[in-house]
Amino acid sequence: MSAPVLKQAPTNAYSRVIGIGAYRPDIMVTNDDVCQWIDSSDEWIRQRTGIVTRHRAAADVSVIDMAEGAAREALEQAGIEASQLGAVIVSTVTHPYATPSAAAALTDRLGATPAPAFDISAACAGYCYGIAQGDSLVRSGAAEYVLVVGAEKLSDVIDNHERTISFLLGDGAGAVVIGPSETPGIAPSVWGSDGSKWNAIGMTHSLDEVRNLGETARHSDESDDQAIISAAQDVWPTLRQDGQTVFRWAVWEMAKVAQQALDAAGIEATDLAAFVPHQANMRIIDEMVKKLKLPETVMVARDIADAGNTSAASIPLATHRLLKENPELSGGLALQIGFGAGLVFGAQVIVLP
Amino acid sequence: MASNEEILAGLAEIVNEETGLATEAVEMDKSFTEDLDIDSISMMTIVVNAEEKFGVRIPDEEVKNLKTVGDAVNFISNAQA
Repeated sequence: MSAPVLKQAPTNAYSRVIGIGAYRPDIMVTNDDVCQWIDSSDEWIRQRTGIVTRHRAAADVSVIDMAEGAAREALEQAGIEASQLGAVIVSTVTHPYATPSAAAALTDRLGATPAPAFDISAACAGYCYGIAQGDSLVRSGAAEYVLVVGAEKLSDVIDNHERTISFLLGDGAGAVVIGPSETPGIAPSVWGSDGSKWNAIGMTHSLDEVRNLGETARHSDESDDQAIISAAQDVWPTLRQDGQTVFRWAVWEMAKVAQQALDAAGIEATDLAAFVPHQANMRIIDEMVKKLKLPETVMVARDIADAGNTSAASIPLATHRLLKENPELSGGLALQIGFGAGLVFGAQVIVLP
Repeated sequence: MASNEEILAGLAEIVNEETGLATEAVEMDKSFTEDLDIDSISMMTIVVNAEEKFGVRIPDEEVKNLKTVGDAVNFISNAQA
């Protein structure tokens, strides 16, 4: 008797991004607003970071709400129904539930059930991680269409009086649909991590500490509520970074990764239509442009000036804006690179939708 | 091995590139922050570029000790030795 032969999914030769969408929340926070909370000035913040404003979401707007707004626009542009999605990937570090995922709720809202749905935790590299996975799923035949969303409500995890990172951050969401293509549309991803710098960006407290405070509160005599409230405010986990270490890593190591992504795509910097780095700091962007020796013909995304740093959402938001303001970029090549807490990084060259 | 004069000249080029300051303004006794008005982010950029140019490693914790141009030149010179 001969052994049974397994079927395996037929593969697709190529994939590409076929639609993009964005959600920018309404509340505008200026540098003057920020200076009510930290001792700084509009000029200092502009000079050090290039940021002029950032958008933040209202209390009743969730990560999933923002993801949905971006996803609906991406699906519309892609010209497919949500029911055709073979996977939904949400990259976020600010979905306030450890489980279930934001992606499962988003999938239901969009009408994409029963598509596989999961979140990825790769901070500011999360969107590029999502593209790496979406590309693989489409080309392997595991899914025909994949929705990749970067969505963050960073305003939930900041401390306005803190000086290392909070004033940089904004909220928002960007989404793309990846589908099969007749021609190459997503070059190999260069992605990785360096967990030796796990402490360079992260939270002030673990969830264990929050739990322990809850235990204390439960066993208190209730005569000291104010102290418990104040302790709760202190223990709420917020973001911190070692700016010097991160800046240096971003400028020095990430320019190399960006170059590797160009090499992996088999193209030169002069072939690019656009460069869309993670919008972390204008000075990092400027330095990467210099290190990569990008010619002036390459359009550089500088959405950070208005949007701040929106972590996983920053690259799709910046790409969406570039395409809106410069529709002729459609079909051109864009180098995108995300990098952040982990530390983690991901980069690839794509054909712009 | 580069001489201190060569290191100073190389460093002055890096500072010029980052800040637009004339290379002649970059002298051994000048303070990066007070005399040359270089902020912390520019300083990190200068450090990264100096590492590349001179083939040395300048650890993060060392950067705060590099108060003057001379401190940086001496550190790079010793690191190359």
